[in-house]
Amino acid sequence: MAGVISQRVVDQRKLITPEGIDLQVQLADIGARIGAYFIDQIIINVGLIIGFFVIVLGGLAAGPEIAITVFILINFFVRNFYYMFFEMGPKAATPGKRISKIRVASRTQARLTANAVFARNALREIEINLPLSFVFMGGGSVDGWIAILGMLWSGIFLFFPLFNKDRLRAGDLIAGTWVVRAPKPILANDLVSEKTELDSAYTFTPTQVEAYGVHELHVLENVIRANDQQTVIDVSDRIRNKIDWAKGMSETDLDFLKAYYAALRGRLETRLLFGVRRKDKFDKT
Amino acid sequence: MVGQITLKSHRFRTEREQSWRELEVILKAIEGRGMKSLSDAQIVALPRLYRSTLSSLSVARATSLDQGVITYLESLSARAYYILYGSQVSLGKRISTFFLRDWPLAAKALWKETAISAALTLLAAVLAFILVKNNPDWFYTFMPDAMAEGRTPAASAETLRDTLYHDGNSDGLGLFASFLFSHNSKVAMFAFALGFAFCIPTAILLLYNGFILGSFVAIFSEKELGFEVGGWLIIHGATEIFAIILAGAAGMHIGKAVAFPGELTRTESASKAGGTASLLMAGVVIMLFFAGLLEGFGRQLITNDFIRYGIGLGTLSIWGLYFYGPRRVEPESLEGKL
Repeated sequence: MAGVISQRVVDQRKLITPEGIDLQVQLADIGARIGAYFIDQIIINVGLIIGFFVIVLGGLAAGPEIAITVFILINFFVRNFYYMFFEMGPKAATPGKRISKIRVASRTQARLTANAVFARNALREIEINLPLSFVFMGGGSVDGWIAILGMLWSGIFLFFPLFNKDRLRAGDLIAGTWVVRAPKPILANDLVSEKTELDSAYTFTPTQVEAYGVHELHVLENVIRANDQQTVIDVSDRIRNKIDWAKGMSETDLDFLKAYYAALRGRLETRLLFGVRRKDKFDKT
Repeated sequence: MVGQITLKSHRFRTEREQSWRELEVILKAIEGRGMKSLSDAQIVALPRLYRSTLSSLSVARATSLDQGVITYLESLSARAYYILYGSQVSLGKRISTFFLRDWPLAAKALWKETAISAALTLLAAVLAFILVKNNPDWFYTFMPDAMAEGRTPAASAETLRDTLYHDGNSDGLGLFASFLFSHNSKVAMFAFALGFAFCIPTAILLLYNGFILGSFVAIFSEKELGFEVGGWLIIHGATEIFAIILAGAAGMHIGKAVAFPGELTRTESASKAGGTASLLMAGVVIMLFFAGLLEGFGRQLITNDFIRYGIGLGTLSIWGLYFYGPRRVEPESLEGKL
């Protein structure tokens, strides 16, 4: 158990506010970022296709050449300023990033400036479009080998986020930014508040509530919240075994877990107030 | 037993929950409709609620084992932090400081890189000019077919002269649009973006651009059109080539910072250099737009060589004065110099 490092700890980075509190931001995972990229690309391209038909149909009267020119200009602006526009906003995230619940943030305590957003998006060109252009070059007149070498070289930029611990794109590196998780804060209800009415049926002895530490408490919390039938049965059986608890007549497994959770948390929090944090069941403090 | 029913952490949560919810409502309003949508009372409450939420977070971390509360408070505080300490400068203010201070100061700060990048372009241009003058076959080595558009050593003097004063049939807007996707604005973008790889690709791009420039001028001067091609180039080239040189300088600035980070870590050094370089690059984009307008409209309408030279040299000296001319020193930057 002690050897397991959760993803949460791996992704955690320090962000100390001027008030001196570490907010412990979580880096966005690669999957979320790729997802966000594709959502944004779909939005841009669908928007442009619709725009194309509107402009071409509407512009037929004015002459097709002007309509196409106008479309080319719009295309240029949308492709280049879509990311900058949204990332300079208060949410610092494009619609794709919002859906993936991630955002751009400054790596230091400094605020996220417009320059930083500009820099990280200016490099998008070489990171994504350069490798793509080599892919399409392969079929054309240029020597295949050159295309492959070019692809390998430009692939360094494309796969850059996979090879550094902060998952920075080349653009992030230069702009001093990174992409972090920005989950909607949702306050889950306190499990302790639910068990008041069954309290009298469950009285645990001090030895029984000494059986586990904080880690097990958190696992138990997740089990109760997920409320998966089989897991609840398994977990409550194991706990009963461990603490020598005889199952009562009308006792349901979930109620037992909730009651034990409350008792355990009460015990551990009391010790916490005295400065002892018992990490897990192997912790002998 | 009754005393055990309510845990301290649970009581803590019920007491504070109201103020967390209040902060949540305000944040939502700011993210949705901006600071302006807040009432006076809400604006007064915001910093207080933020600080009390932060203090709740530290209390919760120290005393509560309720994961739900801690994750909630972490994400709520982070969200509030990003809004409170995020950029609050208005767009107008940001734009005006960019033009009045940031852009010219960035260009000035990077004067060494600019000089190197100009020297590379010039060197390549002179070299290509001499080579093509001596043996016109070199032209085909430097110039991609698509760019030459018939302007080769084989073309007659009349055809060449014609290309200087007539840009085909397209109108100004069309030329402007095609310019955005043209060779030169791509060169500028890549010169900046590739500088990151220790300056080398940027240097190669600048040399390559210089070769094209030099060989292009050479074939015209071969046909006694040297003066005329100068006017054709300079009217927008003064801005455009300058922009490419600045883009190269911005790229090299980053490359240098990555290659020789000094006492900083490589990442810190790169992002520090990236700040100035990207400011300059934002300016380059504006210059390229301006060059596009000059190419699309200016060159089309003005066919007199002397006026072309006048406009070209005029814009060049305006850029020079704007970037490197003396300007009032702000107290803070004066401190930095002393």
